[in-house]
Amino acid sequence: MTDTAIEAAALGKRFRRRGRQALDSCTFRLPTGVVCAVVGPNGAGKSTLLALAAGLTTPTEGTLTILGGTPSEARERLAYVAQDKPLHPQLTVGETLRLGRELNPRVWDAAVAERVVAGGELDPDARISTLSGGQRSRVALALALGKRPALLLLDEPMADLDPLARHQLMGMLLADAAERGTTVVMSSHVVAELEGSCDHLLLLGAGRIRLSGPLDDLLAAHTLVTGPATGDLGPHTVVESRTTGRQLTALVRPRGPVGGDWGTAEPSLEELVLSHLRSPEAPELRLDAPEEAAV
Amino acid sequence: MVEYRIDRRSGVATYVQIVQQTKQALRLGLLQPGDKLPTAREVVEATAINPNTVLKAYRELEREGLVEARRGLGTFVRRSLGAAPADSPLRAELVAWAERARGAGLEREDVAALFTAVLDEQFTEHQGHQEHEGDRA
Repeated sequence: MTDTAIEAAALGKRFRRRGRQALDSCTFRLPTGVVCAVVGPNGAGKSTLLALAAGLTTPTEGTLTILGGTPSEARERLAYVAQDKPLHPQLTVGETLRLGRELNPRVWDAAVAERVVAGGELDPDARISTLSGGQRSRVALALALGKRPALLLLDEPMADLDPLARHQLMGMLLADAAERGTTVVMSSHVVAELEGSCDHLLLLGAGRIRLSGPLDDLLAAHTLVTGPATGDLGPHTVVESRTTGRQLTALVRPRGPVGGDWGTAEPSLEELVLSHLRSPEAPELRLDAPEEAAV
Repeated sequence: MVEYRIDRRSGVATYVQIVQQTKQALRLGLLQPGDKLPTAREVVEATAINPNTVLKAYRELEREGLVEARRGLGTFVRRSLGAAPADSPLRAELVAWAERARGAGLEREDVAALFTAVLDEQFTEHQGHQEHEGDRA
């Protein structure tokens, strides 16, 4: 057994020989049992990273280790829900779940899958092609959870769900993770919906890792300071600073205590993410512990 | 059984909200020794918050000696908190005082400000502890 769900070492992916680098020298480690948010602007490489982890495509540089093996070795123990929720449109909901059972005969948990579908009051005889986007998301999540995976990879899972379904499905997903210790990795660009649900963060920008590690540690490593525009932020690493009239607002990584006349506050997840996105040149910060140090 | 209400916009860390709401329930006698706290699964399913956050809150309550985890059974209340259950004479006095304040023409905010000021004056040490909790939020 390993306590590492995903480990990337100098991971890179280029789609065509001279094409754009979708991922570039990404190095991080994700321990098992975490709920990790993969955040970044469009085109940052979120979907590429998830597809690589799911073994659907192979890296052009570096290595990726999933649950102690290669992505294809881990395929039985992971479930992946792609952004476009590919399902067979001509099958009914019931037939889709039966297909899930037949493709995963040893591990299939019909009760879990049916509970996810039942929460949406879906007719088992309805064809997939007649369902709305949100209903299709629900069926795709039912298939993924029914597989009882050790690692669940979700690409924009909640994008087309209404607020009620979103809350209910996120609750089910996390309850399942709580009970079985499933590692959940989900991408989103709606940061607010991840706050409170995730305990790990992977922030991507232009194919590179900007921030990675436990969310609490990342937040604690940053301080939001306000003070006079003439103030000196001395030894601290400034991620972003803005001046409005005589006032300066900055997000810094403090080195030593932030003294003087500065007002300080801990940033929210949204403030942390937005500041980094507005400042692409800010240095990366990795706080994920190496495997030896993990419990 | 308590039900937790998580306010994501409050600026108070989620685990601190669970700790505070549990303590509030203990103070008011809504939770009593021997009562079972909801399982992490139940809390997570109802609130869609991170399971590790619930466990962190329960560990904090356990560290303070308020609850104990019994393997395979759940988390149970060990002792209650404070000397002011919902039906105590102190509460009745406070109700009477609030009625007088209202009779004297004070608004809700005036009363809250007055009450907070007196709390700060009388419980400086306790206040420091609260601030410490806030720091980690």
